[in-house]
Amino acid sequence: MSSTSTATAGPVADSPNRTLHAWWQAAPFTLVFVLFFLIPLGLIVMVSFWDFNEYELLPAFTLRNYFAIFEGCSVLTEHGDFCVSLSTYLSTLKFSLLVWGITLVLGFAVAYFLAFHVRSPGMQTALFILCTVPFWTSNVIRMISWVPLLGRNGLVNQSLQGVGLIDEPIEWLLFSDFSVVLAFVHLYTMFMIVPIFNSMMRIDRSLLEAASDAGASGWQTLWNVIVPLSKTGIIIGSIFVITIVMGDFVTIGVMGGQQIASVGKIIQVQTSYLQFPLAAANAVILLSVVLMIIWGLTRLVDIRKEL
Amino acid sequence: MAHTTESRAPGFWPLATVFALFVLFMYGPMFVIFVLSFQGPEGGLTFPLRGLSLHWFRQLAEGLGTVDIGAAFLRSLMLGSVVMLFTVLLSVLAGLAFRKNLSGGNALFYVTVASLIMPSIIVSLGIGLQFRLLDGGLKWLLEAVGATTTLEEYGTALGLFTSALGAHLTWTLPFGLLIMFAVFNRFNPAYEEAARDLGATPWQTFRHVVLPLIGPSVVGIGMFGFTLSWDEIARTSQAIGDVNTLPLELQGLTSTVTTPAIYALGTVTTVVSFAVIGITVGLAMLLGRHKKGHTG
Repeated sequence: MSSTSTATAGPVADSPNRTLHAWWQAAPFTLVFVLFFLIPLGLIVMVSFWDFNEYELLPAFTLRNYFAIFEGCSVLTEHGDFCVSLSTYLSTLKFSLLVWGITLVLGFAVAYFLAFHVRSPGMQTALFILCTVPFWTSNVIRMISWVPLLGRNGLVNQSLQGVGLIDEPIEWLLFSDFSVVLAFVHLYTMFMIVPIFNSMMRIDRSLLEAASDAGASGWQTLWNVIVPLSKTGIIIGSIFVITIVMGDFVTIGVMGGQQIASVGKIIQVQTSYLQFPLAAANAVILLSVVLMIIWGLTRLVDIRKEL
Repeated sequence: MAHTTESRAPGFWPLATVFALFVLFMYGPMFVIFVLSFQGPEGGLTFPLRGLSLHWFRQLAEGLGTVDIGAAFLRSLMLGSVVMLFTVLLSVLAGLAFRKNLSGGNALFYVTVASLIMPSIIVSLGIGLQFRLLDGGLKWLLEAVGATTTLEEYGTALGLFTSALGAHLTWTLPFGLLIMFAVFNRFNPAYEEAARDLGATPWQTFRHVVLPLIGPSVVGIGMFGFTLSWDEIARTSQAIGDVNTLPLELQGLTSTVTTPAIYALGTVTTVVSFAVIGITVGLAMLLGRHKKGHTG
């Protein structure tokens, strides 16, 4: 409980009565997470071991669902590919890493510009808000807004054909891996900018001056002072982006023209066919993968100190 | 460091260019669909514009195929408002609780953060599953007590203000609590102490001292609550039952509708989001000015 008191430093003396009082205040909030988060998660784990037929779920304890997911994964297919589950996980992981890399570089550059190059606080706030406003608008709208640009007769193809660079429209601009990654970057760079900017604003400016006085070049200051001190923001942003992309099915669905597989999409399809135990087993595996990634990242940071 | 204070630091212009391109990247496509939603009746999904008209907005009002856009719009509006209300109330209460000696508060905090970063499809699946099991249990119970008429009328517990509301709150409440933390971390308790020293009751202290000070942030929480709910898809998808919210309908329409009507829908939804942001900023500024008038 030590970190609670550091976060609060309230004027109120601690007593059992106070604790009870505090819990009454936190009770509705807690109840929501018990009812709609903890219990559902527990049920997913439970049902992932259940059996099912076309009509109903059958309480049991079986590993059938897990075996079904990895059926045939011990050997490569005749074309030398991995089994469906494994290649879907690898493809989802590939998207995650790609989007993570791009949003990290882009988000860092934008946050760096805002934090260290924009001098007036008013301008800083205005530009920061400019970056965050799209977050409050619909993701699907932001996805379909690429259609008039990237489509077969879209602006990009029209322009390229207009100047004579290409004869035939480029087909891979829309409903492809490219458009999926583009949409992810478009939607989620904000999740990098905000925490990294927050970390950068806490850096004592005299440290930069000290580095410069000690003879560090701009790049050396960036790499040896600013990047380490922005670590927390980088890690929080990375967790957001990686977990969102790992579980995504909407963006991959819409921007991939419903043709590209992802783990989230498998779960969604299995749920819509009411194959809950299979979907649950997939969810447990996805969750384990995501938790491993987060565990690797969070050992380095205490989120609560950053608010 | 003399030249950094007088002229632009090295790297300013390249970075400024990156920033400008980023802003264009963020807003450009959105702007394009605003323009295209006013496409003339003969116009298509891409440029060129064939005249300007409100044709596609009229089409939208009449409904797209089998989808009743108006009903979905109202459902989303109602759900968003309820989510906003709950988000504000529960987050503020929990934020206050965390300032006291909340034993087990760390666990609650970690659960909240876990809910924020949990892949949405998992939350959605879990809630959908939970309500279907609940349905099964209730039906079994009704059968056991012999309430056959109730059993026949019983559909499902899944719904807008049951499972979907819960799903939305798992997404909006973490933002609400984090904002409350950020607010109280910068909050000067001296004002409260002064109020108590002057004999104010806890409620009076909250109502007349704390609430005016945190007012603008509370309005901000309300905005997060509404806009996040208004655009939510992933957590709602498996947890809503027979009816659909507006973004879910929109997602479905992306693969079936091939006219600018879908851009018109996009424009309408975005206008609502911007209106909410505008109202929030206005209200927060009003509250801020009010506060200044009292304290300074």
